[in-house]
Amino acid sequence: MAESLSNGVKPHPRPLSPHLQVYKPQLTSITSILHRFSGIALSAGVLYLLCWLLAVAGGAETFDRLQDFNGSLIGRLLLLGWSVAFFYHLLNGIRHLAWDAGFGFELPAAYRSGYAVLIGTAVLTIAAWVIGYFQMGAF
Amino acid sequence: MSGPENSLRSRLGRARGLGSAHEGVHHWWAQRMSALALIPLSLWLVASLVCNAGADYAVVSAWLSGPFTLGALGLTILITVYHAVLGLQVVVEDYIHGQPTKLILLILLPMGGVALVVAAIVSLLVIAFAG
Repeated sequence: MAESLSNGVKPHPRPLSPHLQVYKPQLTSITSILHRFSGIALSAGVLYLLCWLLAVAGGAETFDRLQDFNGSLIGRLLLLGWSVAFFYHLLNGIRHLAWDAGFGFELPAAYRSGYAVLIGTAVLTIAAWVIGYFQMGAF
Repeated sequence: MSGPENSLRSRLGRARGLGSAHEGVHHWWAQRMSALALIPLSLWLVASLVCNAGADYAVVSAWLSGPFTLGALGLTILITVYHAVLGLQVVVEDYIHGQPTKLILLILLPMGGVALVVAAIVSLLVIAFAG
């Protein structure tokens, strides 16, 4: 680069950062992007948790109205999305903390932990919903 | 790492250890420590919510009125919002490029976070003592 600058030839324009549209999808990059998306989704989830607390504070009537919405199709889809985002962000967050402590940096280890996070997210989400429906007396 | 003789950074700058962001590792460390605290706290909250699935108003308000729930939920919401504000701040810094929008969002994020925590704690106190 120093050469091309000194002889006055403009260097060929090269991409400077991994833009998503030209970056080959890999497990490591996808899990990283999903961590951000799930974090943003969970921030909205905290707002919804506040709405739920406000509904309880408002008394039985507002609480029942919010619980009716939770039971609707849209409500259930939102809660399903937030539970997937929660278990994913929790497990991948633990993966990040392990990396920060210096563990699991080798490529095979990073792939193994990536698959473990995806499988663990599915298992924990299904377990939470099975227990939830069991609580409601669905079985 | 090259020695201090070869570094472009001044010896004073190295001793301060604040780096180019002028705040050192504070943000990074706070993000990790809040994450660590949230592993047990968030698991407790989600497990409690799952166990309260389908519960009526009397059961839910009784659960929320207990001193343990009041303290643990207040702490969980406080640390969750802190962690979320730190994370969203990085997202804004990375993806919002317009200077006025970016600045306004970076000012509003912590303000919104504090407002959310206050609203949640007031709700919890109302449920526990005025319900």
